[in-house]
Amino acid sequence: MDDLLREFITETNESLDVVDVELVKFEQEPNNATILDNIFRLVHTIKGTCGFLGLPRLEGIAHAAETLMGKFRDGAPVTQDAVSLILVSIDQIKDILGELEAAEGEEPQGDDSELIGKLEEMSAAADAAMAGGGAADEPAADAEPEAEAATDSDDFTLPEQTIERPLRPGEVSLDELERAFRETEIEVEVAESAEDEAPDEQPEEIEAPAPAAAKAPEKPAEAQPAAKAKPSGEGGEKKASGGGVSNQSIRVAVDTLEHLMTMVSELVLTRNQLLEIVRRHEDSEFKVPLQRLSNVTAELQEGVMATRMQPIGNAWQKLPRIVRDLSQDLEKPIELEMIGADTELDRQVLEMIKDPLTHMVRNSADHGLERPEERRAAGKPEKGIITLAAYHEGGHIIIEVRDDGKGIDVERVKAKIIERGLATEAEVEKMTDAQVQKFIFHAGFSTAAAVTSVSGRGVGMDVVRNNIELIGGTVDLRSVTGKGSSFIIKIPLTLAIVSTLIVEAGGDRFAIPQLSVVELVRVQKNSEHRIERIKDTPVLRLRNKLLPLVHLSQLLGIYEGENADEAIDADNGFIVVMQVGSQTFGVVVDGVFHTEEIVVKPMSTMLRNLDMFSGNTILGDGSVIMIIDPNGIAGAMASHASSAVAENSEDEQEDLQQKAMTGQNAISLLLFRAGAPEPKAVPLSLVTRLEEFDISKIERSNGRDLVQYRGALMPLVYVNDGDSHKTEGTQPMLVFSDAGRSMGLVVDEIVDIVEDRMNIEVGSERPGVLGSAIVKERATEIIDLGFYLPQAFEDWFMRKEMDIEALTKKVLFVDDSSFFRNMLTPVLKAAGYDVTTCVGVSQAFELLENGDKFHAIVSDIEMPEINGFEFCEAIRRDPRFRQMPILALSSLVTPASIERGRQAGFDDYVAKFDRPGLIAALKDIFAGDLGAAA
Amino acid sequence: MSMLENKVAGDKNAGNDMIQYVTVVIGGQLFGLPISQVHDVFVPESVTRVPMSAPEVQGVLNLRGRIVTAINMRRRLHLPPLQDEQMMAVGIEYKHESYGLVIDTVGEVLTLPSSSAEPNPSNLDRRWAEIAGGVHRLDGQLMVILDVDRLLGAMFTEPMAAA
Repeated sequence: MDDLLREFITETNESLDVVDVELVKFEQEPNNATILDNIFRLVHTIKGTCGFLGLPRLEGIAHAAETLMGKFRDGAPVTQDAVSLILVSIDQIKDILGELEAAEGEEPQGDDSELIGKLEEMSAAADAAMAGGGAADEPAADAEPEAEAATDSDDFTLPEQTIERPLRPGEVSLDELERAFRETEIEVEVAESAEDEAPDEQPEEIEAPAPAAAKAPEKPAEAQPAAKAKPSGEGGEKKASGGGVSNQSIRVAVDTLEHLMTMVSELVLTRNQLLEIVRRHEDSEFKVPLQRLSNVTAELQEGVMATRMQPIGNAWQKLPRIVRDLSQDLEKPIELEMIGADTELDRQVLEMIKDPLTHMVRNSADHGLERPEERRAAGKPEKGIITLAAYHEGGHIIIEVRDDGKGIDVERVKAKIIERGLATEAEVEKMTDAQVQKFIFHAGFSTAAAVTSVSGRGVGMDVVRNNIELIGGTVDLRSVTGKGSSFIIKIPLTLAIVSTLIVEAGGDRFAIPQLSVVELVRVQKNSEHRIERIKDTPVLRLRNKLLPLVHLSQLLGIYEGENADEAIDADNGFIVVMQVGSQTFGVVVDGVFHTEEIVVKPMSTMLRNLDMFSGNTILGDGSVIMIIDPNGIAGAMASHASSAVAENSEDEQEDLQQKAMTGQNAISLLLFRAGAPEPKAVPLSLVTRLEEFDISKIERSNGRDLVQYRGALMPLVYVNDGDSHKTEGTQPMLVFSDAGRSMGLVVDEIVDIVEDRMNIEVGSERPGVLGSAIVKERATEIIDLGFYLPQAFEDWFMRKEMDIEALTKKVLFVDDSSFFRNMLTPVLKAAGYDVTTCVGVSQAFELLENGDKFHAIVSDIEMPEINGFEFCEAIRRDPRFRQMPILALSSLVTPASIERGRQAGFDDYVAKFDRPGLIAALKDIFAGDLGAAA
Repeated sequence: MSMLENKVAGDKNAGNDMIQYVTVVIGGQLFGLPISQVHDVFVPESVTRVPMSAPEVQGVLNLRGRIVTAINMRRRLHLPPLQDEQMMAVGIEYKHESYGLVIDTVGEVLTLPSSSAEPNPSNLDRRWAEIAGGVHRLDGQLMVILDVDRLLGAMFTEPMAAA
């Protein structure tokens, strides 16, 4: 692609951007001739240059658009349709330009006849309108130069110029082109003077015409090659008139600037190194010159930085057009206000925020602003206002996107949060409105009821946030219902130089960007700040908040000790309190050195996948240091925490499973053999002693075997009827004692004591045997002691009748599901409880009101009419039942629901499928009860 | 450096068939790098390690104002680390970025006819074969041609061990 063409493309793109903005303005003020002239001139220039470069397609469209605009100048009424059509043409020209650039100067194939046809149609219509009522429209006063030029062409002493072929439709003659050049200058002056004269009338226009005017003078100058090509005496004259302004600025390729920037960065680094050396030699003669070098370098750096700076208005350029289109699509009148467009920031940053800004403006127009009728109803002007404001604030630039719409609907966001499962209802209830509103930055979140072409695809605000965070910025949100919302973006002025805090961890130094550092906390023995631990999680109590802590070396996986949990020394350390987005946390480091302004160098591609680092740089002492990426750290922090939680919950899960499997945790079982080779087992806790008696000690009396044991007679019981004790040697037996009485269960052999879960898998009909369980991988009979005890003393249980009655707890079981009632009632009964079932809360209340005494209530949570939480709260309100233990039983067990249960007043919260858990919970309750009684 | 560059210039005139190699020793084995790819030979000093990076990445270092990623060739070739000896590094450029291959020692520059290179023996350790671009038979020893593009290219595409 030759330079001329490249120049043309850059040039034209810029012109088109201006045309876009101007057209939108023109639509609002159809009688402003200055704007129209400006547009006309730009399009004319484009047309002319296209013809010169031999780009017939572009030329055709530009010509047709120009013709239509010519009609406006001649006084045709300006309609929205016409402006839209011209905008479409401009878009088409842009597309072709894009392809032209991609194709290295080849104009793409394509047919624009439809568009041109429409433009011509519109022109004809405009003609007709003018011929009719159009006469009333006063022709624009100073729109004449071109028309005059056309009629008075003889006044120009131009040599007649011809080309060797006939003109194509839409093509201009060289004369016309020449004239165009001449006129552009005249018009520029007009534009400038008009602006000078009438600043008060058009305050909002001052921003836009200024760059347009500044750019405009360049055009004739750059079109000089064209002009020079002709044998014309006017060339010199033009140069003289246009040169004064155009020489003030030159175009420099971005690459050149980038290179310059890199070199300056090197210079800064070298200077730092030199300063470091000189610092070590006290009386160095280098000191003074180096000081000067240092100053010059600093100024040079500033200067080069300044060349990278661009007004933020450049990023806003496309927005008026977008808002206009949106305004039409959505049928909402919208006004776009731009404040502080000349605020400068690094062009790299500028590029990065263009898209997020566009998206946010779209959002404001679509979601933020209400429909005109709603606005009227709310007592607001029909026209919605979107305000873009930019200003500097201490090394940062703040950009605000504000609308005066309805604000963010907190209730709808809440509903969405719950629907998306981003938080539970209970959690949402506890959140402040601001917290709820922040959820719109979550991935996949969009409150627009329907997906519109404008927004509502749910890939919005999270992408915006990500893009902004990528450049080390933050985005915040303020919204007042009915008043509007405002997004506040805070971004660094430049990405090239970052102020960082140099810290040490695991023997290495790292740089943490200051932007995300909130404060530094020194932790020492006896100092007011202490590192505390919740379980194994270190936290810092800082003012009114608990900060999660993690050691940097842990996050980076470079901790060298045995146990990473010990990386944090509770008595000594520095905590860098960091804030990333809404996340605040403490990063513990081994040492803090100083702050340093560093020039970020991109990481090698090979290392770019490490999200913990955003880059690296060379420090004053010549060593390379890695720059921490706060976002990466925040991410790791979150996953660090969640992995700890996951670990914990895994443990708990396993526990639960074990419980569910076994009925209880592992218990000690005594394995023995009696009467048969297969092993039998009895819980060791029930066995008082293991004894071996000499056979001779066994006496027989009253038809049963007895031994004298501790001054009393102890009856011996055999596992199977008809078994007998050994005839010689010693007889092992299990002694069970209770309330001064003992019984000896005669066994053949005590095999083992094992820790295992007593999980009876096959029940037994046989008296004396509870069932069979797997113990030590063998099927083992579990002995039912309750069967044998009465064999020793018939009244073993009888004499405790009274106590037992007192001990038998009456339990009220409330569940609307018959399935669960049927399933759990036997379980409770089997556990020795007297169970009364209720199908609902009202029945339960009836029973309670009737004076039926219960020791505990087990209640389902999910029930119709009145749920378990409400039931429990109601019971707790009644002074008679305030002390009544109540267990919640639910198929839904989440931390949140457990918390909710606790608040309602439940003593415990058990999963429905966790039968052993239920028994254990009841036992706990009554154990406490007994304990209290004792 | 400048001497090497002179040789490169000379080499270009010498003919197409001859290739000059900078020889390096890694774990006793002689390797050759095409001289056109070698920019520097330097002593890797004050290397900053990069946490969470691939194990063969020794770290980053400052080489006359440029940040160079140092790759430990012993680790890359699955050889035991060199004990207490000064290592050397060869600076190369790959896709406009600077890398330093940390090796044991640098040897002489050899000019070898490209036709005498033989393909990798088929039984060569797979991990070696993927970065070796052939073998030259020299007097008394073999020189493995180090294929820089494959060596570094593989590190971009392979999932990082630590990641």
